[in-house]
Amino acid sequence: MNIMNLINALPGAAAQGLIWGIMAIGVYITFRILDVADLTVDGTMCTGGAVCIMLMLSGWDVWPAMLAATGVGMLAGLMTGIFHTFMGIPAILSGILTQLSLYSINLKIMGKANQAINVSNFDLLVSLRYIRDVPFWRNTIFIVAVIIVVLIALLYWFFGTELGCSLRATGCNPGMSRAQGINTNFNKVLGLMLSNGLVAFSSALLTQYQGFADVNMGRGAIVIGLAAVIIGEAIFGHIFRNFALRLLGVALGSILYYLVLQVVIWMGIDTDLLKLLSALVVAVFLAFPYWKGKYFAKPVKKGGNANA
Amino acid sequence: MLELKNLYKTFNPGTINEKTALNGLSLNIKDGEFVTVIGGNGAGKSTMLNAVAGTWMVDEGQILIDGIDVTKLPEHKRAIYLGRVFQDPMTGTAATMGIEENLALAKRRGKTRLLKPGITAAEREEYRELLKILGLGLEDRLTSKVGLLSGGQRQALTLLMATLKKPKLLLLDEHTAALDPKTAAKVLEITDMIVNRDHLTTLMITHNMKDAILHGNRLIMMMDGRIILDIEGEEKKKLTVRDLLDQFERVSGEQFTNDSALLG
Repeated sequence: MNIMNLINALPGAAAQGLIWGIMAIGVYITFRILDVADLTVDGTMCTGGAVCIMLMLSGWDVWPAMLAATGVGMLAGLMTGIFHTFMGIPAILSGILTQLSLYSINLKIMGKANQAINVSNFDLLVSLRYIRDVPFWRNTIFIVAVIIVVLIALLYWFFGTELGCSLRATGCNPGMSRAQGINTNFNKVLGLMLSNGLVAFSSALLTQYQGFADVNMGRGAIVIGLAAVIIGEAIFGHIFRNFALRLLGVALGSILYYLVLQVVIWMGIDTDLLKLLSALVVAVFLAFPYWKGKYFAKPVKKGGNANA
Repeated sequence: MLELKNLYKTFNPGTINEKTALNGLSLNIKDGEFVTVIGGNGAGKSTMLNAVAGTWMVDEGQILIDGIDVTKLPEHKRAIYLGRVFQDPMTGTAATMGIEENLALAKRRGKTRLLKPGITAAEREEYRELLKILGLGLEDRLTSKVGLLSGGQRQALTLLMATLKKPKLLLLDEHTAALDPKTAAKVLEITDMIVNRDHLTTLMITHNMKDAILHGNRLIMMMDGRIILDIEGEEKKKLTVRDLLDQFERVSGEQFTNDSALLG
């Protein structure tokens, strides 16, 4: 266990954490704001990359390719939204259905199970190679950090608008929202599209970073996203009250997740077990609010303080 | 203002839980009337309000608000005409949002919500003044999350939200039933004040016969999904709980067995 191995691996982990942080912000929008666990993201986390890589291989520039990837991700969200609102299928099942269909769609987009892109031949925005020995403005960590700040600013603005407020209300209390004239079905679809657009954008970045897209790259993405949301809230929840800061907390949670993952790998754990560990850690964290209410509830004092 | 024509609604048709909640209900409410609604459990009071609000569609019949046929209109589109306060204080507000944000949501009822600011500085001042009228100290807690408020405070706020944009019709579904007697009286007092100030056409369900007599200028009693008693004007002013019970027995041919209606 050479400590230098770990230290050398940390910048890469941070970059990956940042890229997944964008994905986690997407999960935050559905899971926390819309109050829906959207499993579409396991599919979208590949779709975005698949679209981006195929467009770039056919000669598109990186930004238009990433925008197109985002658009296709939004279409995936639209599909889940239609399953859920128009067809009345429970949200979680709607997500699973889209996720499954995306598996076929991703294979069709790429033509095979994976596609590679060489950073030497293409002008990529981010890459494993752009972590060290590049000017800071070419550094992947810097670029993704700037993107995250811009995205958080945009989302902060959006959720303060009339439409954004109505979206928050829809997640908080759908009945009240309808009584106030809000079309909750439309808002749910919109939230799902927004979320999956962000996830696909993150996927497009991840594909460039690792230099390939793979049909299995999104497997378990929802768990990583939830882990980032939960870690962010557990650690920064008490100091980050403001909405923009809470989104930042989610991104930081994602970085922490990847740093911890790196440490665990460095300690020599069997990497086949990583997904099992992630799932169990997320399960325990999700259980905390429930346990807190059930086993650690403070007894209510009645009739004032008897021992005073 | 509100016309209900021959409404029918059956829940769980074809099952053992089949329940006919509205059975040929007709009602005509004139502009400015404040109607109180009483009746036993399962009489169809809440069903009537939900039918007007569009929580679900009625099986048969027609609903007109101010001459506009809303029978087929989805809930969020009818909301333009309606202000609603519910029985459960949790249902009328968004708990994780601030007091001012909830009011701002209500202010935009019936308006297309796009990318303009969700709340403006001028609105904040307006809300502060409006909250003062309630006399609950909420004007100093504009950014507090509504989830932190007591049931009575939440109902008072919901009432303010329901009337912030003047509705054609105010629907109150036992909005004081979940409150303690003192708070309930306070919320009813606020209700009267707002209804009189804005001359609102109002439909208020209550379990409490005294409240039904004391408030409003028309009283209807429901049973088995229909109106069995309709009293207004001078006759209503002279009404006592005893009269109501006698009337009920005469009309329905049975004893009024709902204790909460008697004791409340």
